[in-house]
Amino acid sequence: METRPRSFYVLATFFCLYVLFLYGPTITIGILSFQGPGGGLTFPMRGVSLHWYDQLFKQQAVGDIWGAWSRSIRLGLMVMITTVVVSVMGGLAFRKRFRGSTILFYLIITSLTIPSILISLGVGLIFSQSGMDVHWSTSGFGAQLTWTLPFGLLIMFAVFNRFDKSYEEAARDQGATNWQTLRHVVLPIIGPSLIGVALFGFTLSYDEFARTLLTAGSYNTLPLEIFGMTTNVTSPVLYALGTLTTVFSLAIIGICLAFVLLAQRRRARAGSDAGKGMV
Amino acid sequence: MSLPRSNTATGWLLAAPLTLVLAFFLVLPIIMIVIVSFWGATEFSIYPAFQFDNYKFLFGSSVTWAVFGNTFRYALITWALTLGIGFTVAYFLAFHVRTLTWQITLALICTVPFWTSNIIRMISWIPFLGRNGIANSTLLSMGVIDQPLEWLLFSDFSVMLTFVHINTFFMIVPILNTLLRIDKSLIEAARDGGATGPQILWNVILPLAKPGIMIGTIFVLTLVMGDFTTVRFMSGSQSANVGRLISNDVGLLQYPSAAATSVVLLCTVLIVVTGLLRLVDIRKEL
Repeated sequence: METRPRSFYVLATFFCLYVLFLYGPTITIGILSFQGPGGGLTFPMRGVSLHWYDQLFKQQAVGDIWGAWSRSIRLGLMVMITTVVVSVMGGLAFRKRFRGSTILFYLIITSLTIPSILISLGVGLIFSQSGMDVHWSTSGFGAQLTWTLPFGLLIMFAVFNRFDKSYEEAARDQGATNWQTLRHVVLPIIGPSLIGVALFGFTLSYDEFARTLLTAGSYNTLPLEIFGMTTNVTSPVLYALGTLTTVFSLAIIGICLAFVLLAQRRRARAGSDAGKGMV
Repeated sequence: MSLPRSNTATGWLLAAPLTLVLAFFLVLPIIMIVIVSFWGATEFSIYPAFQFDNYKFLFGSSVTWAVFGNTFRYALITWALTLGIGFTVAYFLAFHVRTLTWQITLALICTVPFWTSNIIRMISWIPFLGRNGIANSTLLSMGVIDQPLEWLLFSDFSVMLTFVHINTFFMIVPILNTLLRIDKSLIEAARDGGATGPQILWNVILPLAKPGIMIGTIFVLTLVMGDFTTVRFMSGSQSANVGRLISNDVGLLQYPSAAATSVVLLCTVLIVVTGLLRLVDIRKEL
């Protein structure tokens, strides 16, 4: 193996420092969440215990975090499914240039770049002025979609940019209808990237704060609940909750990655029937 | 250019759900904000009107100009830092990591935190930067300082640090995407032609990486300009940006004033984005 240039070692060090910068703080609160009962928000550790996790499970100590958590998960799933379906349809629509598609494209860019607080304020104002109650599953749901859909669509654009159209043509030459081509050729090919869209949809919703701030109504989602805690909870309970929700996010990411790997492996195994004769 | 009619019909049919969501939760809210920005407000309620008071007050106040200036300062400094870090990391991954498996693994390591909560990631800096935090106690024990630094937490420093911490992701991904697409034979050709490493970087790689840099720039600038949580959390109410100005007005139920500030902020952001979009064709580069 050829020797590495010196620049490799410089850049590798830089990379490691960046990763440390990226993960250091999260790991720190992970450690500090196991503080002993007498410990504070920073080092030194005064013993090791599950005290603060225990506190978290006592309802009266810190508001309604379990209710908030379940709402966040339900909302995340709603946003995830909607994002996948709407993004795929949108992605298919944009494969051909149609009248007005440019305007729609610039709306997507606007949706991506508009300051989150404006969505929150605008949606909140519409609901309050028309006499509707804001609720996480209506106004909150819609407000979050303005953030997850652009990401979903950008992924779909990237996917279809790399899509080999000859597969479709082959299917059509064999007499497949449009729907059959979509169902049996296009969707299976783009399938693994839909897991990516789903991951974006769920986690961006699960962690979203600014767009839900004025649109969630009287029942908080988890980020709003955590935000409330930061102003009045000054104990490692905050770290325990932070660690727990980070671990949850990591589990979701892990599951998605496992699905992608599985899908790729299946495709590698069953992708070609060349040489297997007539079926 | 004439388009087949069937394309337009199928296109809009497939894009209908998307259009409906954007119409109701993006376009209508923007229209609503513009309307309300001309309304009046009492201490407890807002009432329909058509007056320019909110804008007059906004542009007449020196606070506004200072806060907009501060917002641009945050955005530009964060942009420069995320670009520097993001490009270096992406360059390392694209040209120095040799196997695809390692490239994917290391790129994943850089992107995983993006899918976790920003608020938790902000809170995570407290034990590092606090008065008795890790940074201060390390510096004290090393003898670099003899009393704790006060400007580490709840300061411009911690705001900027958090901006960089959270937003470098948006530089790494698009830049890496463009770097991986560079045809390696171009670099070999430059080397055969006698170009030095820095010359290759400056004259070959950087120009080819421009689209990625532009997309990253759009993300970072708009996210920082529109932010209000990071500044709210990490500055300890010591400094303000436009987002904070809006959320303060909302807190005081001064919706018309918040709406007027929002309109100005939106125009500013869209002008910046439009300018940057002239330099890159996003759809082609994805």
